[in-house]
Amino acid sequence: MKAIKFMLTCKQASKLISQSLDHPLSLSGRVKLRFHLFICDACTRFNKQLGQLRTAVHRMRQDTENDSSIELPSDAKARITNTVASKYH
Amino acid sequence: MQNINDWLNEHGDYLYRFALARLRDPHQAEDAVQETMLAAIKGNSFEGDSTARTWLTGILKHKIIDLQRKQIREQPLSDLIDLDESDTSMDDFFDQHGHWLDKPQEWDMPDSALEQKQFLATLSKCMDKLPAKLATLFMMRDVQEIENENICKELGITTTNAWVMLYRARMGLRKCLEMNWITG
Repeated sequence: MKAIKFMLTCKQASKLISQSLDHPLSLSGRVKLRFHLFICDACTRFNKQLGQLRTAVHRMRQDTENDSSIELPSDAKARITNTVASKYH
Repeated sequence: MQNINDWLNEHGDYLYRFALARLRDPHQAEDAVQETMLAAIKGNSFEGDSTARTWLTGILKHKIIDLQRKQIREQPLSDLIDLDESDTSMDDFFDQHGHWLDKPQEWDMPDSALEQKQFLATLSKCMDKLPAKLATLFMMRDVQEIENENICKELGITTTNAWVMLYRARMGLRKCLEMNWITG
């Protein structure tokens, strides 16, 4: 069967899915993608995974921000103080 | 100078963690805090409308982006970007007809705190495996949530370049996670 233009390959669909996280898709892009996702389980899972990936990296960021065991090391503090002092004295 | 000591004592840990969560590198995080202190003492534009912490964090955000920009500019972007249709960088993921070589699986997302921790540790390792530039761009977009348009402005790249790099970063990360995290 010859591929018709309306049909996206999974490779094309995956690109659009990623792009949709950064920028609104064109109307034709949205329609094609919606149709592809309707018939393709693998890309539907991929779409879900990118969402899960985002949630996970947000959690990773928050965990570091809230981790009170992470402190500015005292030697780093001394280096910063010295550097600032040497430039403004 | 008294200011610097006060700022570091009261907000140093907070600023350091904030930077570390975005730069993922202790040395870079220290640099970012140092640059923030230098700018703060030089600018001295703290009006008291905001808290010192909010003011310093605002400066730090810019210093983090400065460091990321420097990192991305160290090598020409063309090393990573090949917009040619004959681009073979996705050959690991798709066959010549554009079908998935390994179909994405349903992920069994962690429930318990321990599993959660292990999952994030795996994710962190996967981030380390990405080419540094892709990881940086990914952090800017998906972690710092900077608008694509502003990222392109900061880095002097086109939106197409940014899409291609983000796409590769996400493809690489999800594949790495799928291989190293047990799926359902």
